[in-house]
Amino acid sequence: MTGFARNLRLWFAPERIRDEGRTPDYRFSLANERTFLAWLRTALALIGGGFAVDQFLPDLRWGWRVGLALALLAAGVLCSLRAVNHWVRCERAMRRGEDLPVSRFPALLGVVVAVVAVAMVVVVLVGWEG
Amino acid sequence: MDAPADGAPGPGARPRDPGLQPERTRLAWRRTTLSSTVAAVLAVRTVLHDAPTATGTVAGVLCGALWLAFLTLAHRRIRALAAGGTPPALTPRHAAAAVLCTVALAVCAAALVL
Repeated sequence: MTGFARNLRLWFAPERIRDEGRTPDYRFSLANERTFLAWLRTALALIGGGFAVDQFLPDLRWGWRVGLALALLAAGVLCSLRAVNHWVRCERAMRRGEDLPVSRFPALLGVVVAVVAVAMVVVVLVGWEG
Repeated sequence: MDAPADGAPGPGARPRDPGLQPERTRLAWRRTTLSSTVAAVLAVRTVLHDAPTATGTVAGVLCGALWLAFLTLAHRRIRALAAGGTPPALTPRHAAAAVLCTVALAVCAAALVL
């Protein structure tokens, strides 16, 4: 995760990213920006989901409800941090003319969302009684 | 606020990008603003629905402020994209600020849920 620390510095030092390579076609930068925004929306949707679990499943036991809500909120935080990190990495790769970075995050998030969805189904079926 | 309609190219008009990239990016910012609005509305609902506590009220006010901050960030970017000419690239600081708003919203949400 040393790469992450290096990227973290880049977030707040825009002039440093300009030092590297050359400016790509602005359309590529805009496409990268839209991808970043799509991930940010995913993060906001996860946060909204956390609120929704807390608000719209009031019959659940406290532990389950708060646990699920916090899991969704944590996923939202991770997703948004990863969004900006991936955006910086893509921007830098385009400037240097390298291949775009690959990531296992989409698959990971997909699995996590599936697990949370299954947990919700189980909890709603079982927790309703308890 | 939006780019002038095509037709007679006005002063400073750029040749039309057939891919409409700046427009699409602008709309992406709008969609993201909408998502953050939904999250903020849910936050306000949580505050109003639960018995009002000091922590809850502070977290709710913070959520509103964060929503406003995000709105301002999006608006500034939309203005830059609509200004014409080759649109400037998004700065890492701007992106980090938008993400910071999102993370802080999640933290407020955690405070409200607990």
